[in-house]
Amino acid sequence: MNREEETIVCFCEDIAEKEIVKAIEEGYTTPREIKQHLRAGMGECQGRGCMPQIMRLISQKTGKSLGEILPPSDRPPIIPIPIGLLGKIVKRGEKEK
Amino acid sequence: MGTIQRIWRHPILDFKRGRSVRFQFEGKRIEGYENESIAVALFASGVKVFGRSRRFNHPMGWFCGIGKCSSCLMRVNGIPNVRTCITPVREGMRVELQGRKGVLPDEPNIKVKKKEEYVRVLIIGSGPAGLETGITSTKLGLDTLIIDENPIPGGQLIKQTHKFFGSKKEYAGLRGFEIAKTMLEGLRKCGGRYLTETSAIGYYWKNKKHKFLAVQKQEDGYQLLEIKADNIVVTSGASENYLPFPRNYLPGVYGAGGVQTLMNVYGVKPGNKALIVGAGNVGLIIGYQLLQAGVEVKALIEAMPHVGGYLVHASKLARLGVPILLRHTIKEAKGEEYVNGATIIEVDENKQPIEGTERKLDVDLILIAVGLSASTKILSQAGCEKMFVQELGGWIPIHNENMETTIDGIYVAGDGSGIAEASTAMLEGRIAGAAIAEREGYNPEDARRIREDAFSELSKLRQSSSLKIVAEGKRKCQQRWNEVKSHEK
Repeated sequence: MNREEETIVCFCEDIAEKEIVKAIEEGYTTPREIKQHLRAGMGECQGRGCMPQIMRLISQKTGKSLGEILPPSDRPPIIPIPIGLLGKIVKRGEKEK
Repeated sequence: MGTIQRIWRHPILDFKRGRSVRFQFEGKRIEGYENESIAVALFASGVKVFGRSRRFNHPMGWFCGIGKCSSCLMRVNGIPNVRTCITPVREGMRVELQGRKGVLPDEPNIKVKKKEEYVRVLIIGSGPAGLETGITSTKLGLDTLIIDENPIPGGQLIKQTHKFFGSKKEYAGLRGFEIAKTMLEGLRKCGGRYLTETSAIGYYWKNKKHKFLAVQKQEDGYQLLEIKADNIVVTSGASENYLPFPRNYLPGVYGAGGVQTLMNVYGVKPGNKALIVGAGNVGLIIGYQLLQAGVEVKALIEAMPHVGGYLVHASKLARLGVPILLRHTIKEAKGEEYVNGATIIEVDENKQPIEGTERKLDVDLILIAVGLSASTKILSQAGCEKMFVQELGGWIPIHNENMETTIDGIYVAGDGSGIAEASTAMLEGRIAGAAIAEREGYNPEDARRIREDAFSELSKLRQSSSLKIVAEGKRKCQQRWNEVKSHEK
């Protein structure tokens, strides 16, 4: 199969379905492991599109029920923002109480 | 590319376009209209490829249209990763496609203003649930603020052209976009506040108060808002599910909801010949919305042996001559830079494709309507416990009948609490708003009456055949909430 024929699961990081299936078969069987191994779910949309599909693939391949597959952690910022903005959140010398 | 057109005549909608504005896209001059987003203006002028994917160099196009996916990220006035689908186009803007490698912003010193707010009730999302929470809590005397990252408030109501059924109190008889207008008017009348183009970016706990950081886009920069609130109601809706099949990345494969935005909010025809995948309510409704916009619908396919959505919608579509093919799925999309065909295939009882049953369809649009996933990111950050409830579309925040999550003072309502539909979302919002007022001692008797009325209304609606399943899911959720709370004691 050439790359034009690819089925894409994670659009931000460009991860194909077969790569995720292969990873699961190699033993990466949690969303967190898939993230760390392939970067799927770590792009700009932060897994909004791919994570439900990844969890479904894990369930299909491992036989675990969907309820047993815990979604990964969500961390701020939850949307893309300019890094310069993050820098302004806490002023120099100002401490979060 | 030139077949994309703006819709000038529509049986139901009247598109009020603002002044025309000119902006630069890849050095070329493009014309759009005030009040539309960059992505919409580009699409309407025939630009379908919004970027190239990082590893495979695949073309990418429109998808969700509501700022949830990453398909339309572009560099705008030198700032990368701007969600162009929810960023209004402005005169003289400089828009560029992003390369496959990261490029730093042109100007590192962006203008940022800071502002602190303190409110009794902060509502995240201005869809049916959020607006109803806002109206209810403001009327009961609470100081309330609604924030929404879209430029137009009203959530997904603004793109619905069909009349709602149910009860008068939930605006039955009005079309979705009219309901949004009526609710906004209601909110204004009682003095409720809302901010658009304002995204919550993170949750923090500060001085024993819930605190959110939010970013508001402004003409010449950003406003960073630190909002402290005694109560939070998260009504952030859901995002569309994707479907894996070969060449699913091609422009022309769009989220059904994303196309509703393009077509019904902004009056842009998404293509000419469509295949719809999924016969739930979203798939069925978009079927006749496409016909209203002058798009030919070649087929609607569904892997299950039955239609998932309301029968009224399915019959209407069938009467209009759209073939609804059950036990069918999409095998692949065709095309190089854009969809120019699709192959569909029959599936057996185990949803396995039956070889030899392939059929080619001549389409330039493939609309994905295979369900939604609740948007729960901000709630997870706050530490609200989640559970998997199949009946409610997957992982949802655990909540009780008052819509309170496992964290004190944090509520959830609408699709973000489990996938259902707009009328019940409004009722959930009303319950959350009233429950907060009752607890905080704002007109508690009135609040209790409102809440109890909403409960009985809600259970009535959930007796309908398609919402019975939601009632079952909510029951499981309440049970789990009780378990978590008794554990805490």
